[in-house]
Amino acid sequence: MPEIKLPAMSPTMEEGTLAKWLVKEGDTVKPGDVLAEIETDKATMELEADEGGVVSKLHVAAGSEGVKVGTLIATIAGEGEEAAAPAAPLPLAEGAGGGKSPPPAPAAPAEAPKPAPVAKDSPPPAPPASGAETMHRQTVREALRDAMAEEMRTTPEVFVMGEEVAEYQGAYKVTQGLLEEFGATRVVDTPITEYGFAGLGTGAAMGGLRPIVEFMTFNFAMQAIDHIINSAAKTNYMSGGQMRCPIVFRGPNGAASRVAAQHSQNYGPWYASVPGLVVIAPYSAADAKGLLKSAIRSPDPVVFLENELLYGQSFDVPEGDIAVPIGKASVVRSGKDVTVVSYSIGVGVALEAAKILAEQGIDAEIVDLRTLRPLDSATVLASLKKTNRMVVVEEGWPTCSIASEIIAIAMEQGFDDLDAPVLRVTNVDVPLPYAANLEKLALLKVEDVVTAAKKVCYR
Amino acid sequence: MYREMLLIRRFEERAGQLYGMGMIGGFCHLYIGQEAVVTGMQGALRATDSVITGYRDHGHMIAAGIDPKVVMAELTGRAAGISKGKGGSMHMFSVEHGFYGGHGIVAAQVPLGTGLGFAHKYKGDGGIAVTYFGDGASNQGQVYESFNMAELWKLPVIYVIENNQYAMGTSVNRSSSEDQLYRRGESFRVPGLQVDGMDVLAVRGAADAAVAWVRAGKGPLLLEMKTYRYRGHSMSDPAKYRSREEVQAMRDKSDPIEHAKKELIEMGAATEASLKELEKDIRAIVAEAADFAEQTPEPDAAELYTDVLVGKY
Repeated sequence: MPEIKLPAMSPTMEEGTLAKWLVKEGDTVKPGDVLAEIETDKATMELEADEGGVVSKLHVAAGSEGVKVGTLIATIAGEGEEAAAPAAPLPLAEGAGGGKSPPPAPAAPAEAPKPAPVAKDSPPPAPPASGAETMHRQTVREALRDAMAEEMRTTPEVFVMGEEVAEYQGAYKVTQGLLEEFGATRVVDTPITEYGFAGLGTGAAMGGLRPIVEFMTFNFAMQAIDHIINSAAKTNYMSGGQMRCPIVFRGPNGAASRVAAQHSQNYGPWYASVPGLVVIAPYSAADAKGLLKSAIRSPDPVVFLENELLYGQSFDVPEGDIAVPIGKASVVRSGKDVTVVSYSIGVGVALEAAKILAEQGIDAEIVDLRTLRPLDSATVLASLKKTNRMVVVEEGWPTCSIASEIIAIAMEQGFDDLDAPVLRVTNVDVPLPYAANLEKLALLKVEDVVTAAKKVCYR
Repeated sequence: MYREMLLIRRFEERAGQLYGMGMIGGFCHLYIGQEAVVTGMQGALRATDSVITGYRDHGHMIAAGIDPKVVMAELTGRAAGISKGKGGSMHMFSVEHGFYGGHGIVAAQVPLGTGLGFAHKYKGDGGIAVTYFGDGASNQGQVYESFNMAELWKLPVIYVIENNQYAMGTSVNRSSSEDQLYRRGESFRVPGLQVDGMDVLAVRGAADAAVAWVRAGKGPLLLEMKTYRYRGHSMSDPAKYRSREEVQAMRDKSDPIEHAKKELIEMGAATEASLKELEKDIRAIVAEAADFAEQTPEPDAAELYTDVLVGKY
């Protein structure tokens, strides 16, 4: 007697809304019949029956929100079986999803709940320019979309192109609604042709437009990196300042969840090493929105590194047209004992660690770099001067990393302020493995940040 | 057109000499032999159109109406060069003249030029983008990614393959399963024409037809220009992969400038004497450019740090 549990419909889905039942108790269903519509934060998906039978019980009412993945939602009695009372819901570990879900979005090949370390509760956004804004809760995904929509409303030269950005509404739903508002001329679905459309976008920028080129993930941008670096980043210099290239390359970067080595890499250090590029990697929704607006307005080529695991997280975002300046780090938690420098998803890990450290009497100050190039070394050094100890936290490999760069800056410009060697806490120096336990071992861990912070404090 | 071809020829000869004297460094790819292609194409364009090419770009710049002095000064790495001495032979641009480079990575200009066409269509300004590349570049994957999008979106782009028969040292036959390069767009439904790229009038005729097609919104078109470079791939190429006789035969029988000269005289549009006079004028222009390029100062050391980013952050 099959028990139908809410499946994970993407690697990052944790819960969903049971929007509608398409069957009622007592109905006979065939394999492939649609049982229900499930709304995730990314899409509305249809839940199909794997096996035929009679719907004996619907356990969750239509319209229920926040239904956890793995929750028993229906029981179907197999043909010839008597409808019976359902067993208690089984825990998630039994393979939620399995074959029960329709194919997920194309960029989401794996179907398991996320194990990656993410701060569950978000901190207040970075101090805004003035303290008077009204705030609203918004996910990073919505904030990014609003940034694009607002800039597209004011600037006709701004357009979005990439794979599945228009009719599909974005592989990760970041461009949701843009096609409807701006039409197919300004929201352009491309073939799967990264090298080609990155070059085409770069040429369009040289020709006077302001393209936003979405990569479904930055892992695919390796196919296009020649245009990002050789064509976009270097042209202004090589032309003696006459050939501008105002383009934004954006998309998710870094590890997602159980998508393994080829889909899980942080390119921050790669792009941040290139003169002629601006490289941004925000953590909060407010920064994602404000910095994307600045990136679109920038006269320079910008690599804008998002994070899939942050897309669904909610933060307070100020209302209105608020651009966050490029090149300015933000002190997201003030403290006196140790400086923890991070960016993107690493900031969430640092904030978690800070809570544990606080319980142990260590007051950590957290600096969110936000922009990786140009790097705000002044804010980093000012914090170091205050705490005299520093740990760098990075969801990425340790070798030739942003952490390496921060440590070099501390050595070259902050040596006299150091009371201990700077430590870095990063992913393990291996391609990211698939197995859940190995993946967990390879990724950045809150406890490692706690250990490193205590070590530099000699505690 | 004759004048323009001759100016390119004499300019390139002089650039070759300056390279030999150590005044020009790095890579330097001369256009000698291929002059009819860019000359015939450029005449069919409007000022609002865009042109982009690879690293063999000196001729395209002169054809676009850029002052030979600032081109030569860029070759010698001087502050007065068109890129302030920071680009060199392969990286020159002039937004003012609709010339978008000057790109050093083989075939990178193909999607870039497709993007210029995209921008023309997006803005609705009636402009078209002429994207030049060589037979060697025609084997890069990004060329076909570009063809696909250009035809899919009916972009106003003319792709000009300058087939000079050798990708550095590898002949077309040794590198191309389909060596009739005008057919390379077929599976994307991009129509192609093969043109005698050594005959400036044939080029001009094909250019007019292609411009009319593309400007009418019918999508991209491919022109394969059969041409020949007399010199090595770059100044450092001894060109051992072909015989001296092959090059000489091409010079004797198919030289675009000699061919045009003969036609002009036959038509009665010029005389030996008037062409000699023209030759004198051109030599003076080139000499002036070379003198300027030798004498004008190198960039100030402070230029090292300028033009990396435009914005202040």
